[in-house]
Amino acid sequence: MVLSAADKSNVKAFWDKIGSHAGDYGAEALERTFCCFPTTKTYFHHFDLSHGSAQVKAHGQKVADALTQAVAHINDLPNALSALSDLHAYKLRVDPVNFKLLSHCLLVTLACHHPAEFTPAVHASLDKFFSAVSTVLTSKYR
Amino acid sequence: MMVNMSLATCLGNSSRALKVSDFPPAMVLSHRLLVVYPWTQRFFDNFGNLSSTSAIMGNPKVKAHGKKVLTSFGDAIKNMDNLKGAFAKLSELHCDKLHVDPENFRLLGNVLVIILASHFGKEFTPDMQAMWQKLVAGVATALAHKYH
Repeated sequence: MVLSAADKSNVKAFWDKIGSHAGDYGAEALERTFCCFPTTKTYFHHFDLSHGSAQVKAHGQKVADALTQAVAHINDLPNALSALSDLHAYKLRVDPVNFKLLSHCLLVTLACHHPAEFTPAVHASLDKFFSAVSTVLTSKYR
Repeated sequence: MMVNMSLATCLGNSSRALKVSDFPPAMVLSHRLLVVYPWTQRFFDNFGNLSSTSAIMGNPKVKAHGKKVLTSFGDAIKNMDNLKGAFAKLSELHCDKLHVDPENFRLLGNVLVIILASHFGKEFTPDMQAMWQKLVAGVATALAHKYH
């Protein structure tokens, strides 16, 4: 699935809109993922996963920062995410199914906080974008 | 799947608050599915014009389908202890007559969760989402149960 010009424009505009909230949304998406899909917690057994956890907050910021970078380099995701792709393939080895779960919870979080901007077209573009990012992050798995 | 009493109460409360089957944002359930996952349009050849987002959003057959699906979810909430029984006939229909890949039930369930999120905003807490995820997963499994 390829990101069209319209998709890229939708994603950039939406991400600009969320601005400095991205970190909070990253943390919230993680919390939702752990809450709704408890199997995802297996990758974070070393974390405090209670509500408001500083570790989850920090990790949410990391996820958000990576996505912000991805948006900024939306025309060349494989290069922009190359180091993260290596990390996930060789060190973290998070099963690919989990990227869909986090992506879904990111969409839920964004829909909660920006319902007016979260039109069907924007929803579709963001879903495609997260899917493209996930594909890059799992591209070196085997 | 086992669904406990507190889940039933919570979902019952939130769906009553929603008046699920009359819920205007939920009317767009099928619309949003067809726009976000265009390949799902394959099941709706006789629905008329689906050629663009605005055509889909204005299509009355799509809206009617969304309402049918939402009513079914309302029934699901009333039958949470026996989803497989409650959805047995619909499962046979979706397999034998409609030939729908059960993956589509998961897509629809997730679109419903997202629509609820955009309607309820911050009230749609992680715990609330978790309950709805369990319900949509239970419905998807029940609808796939009679497939052969």
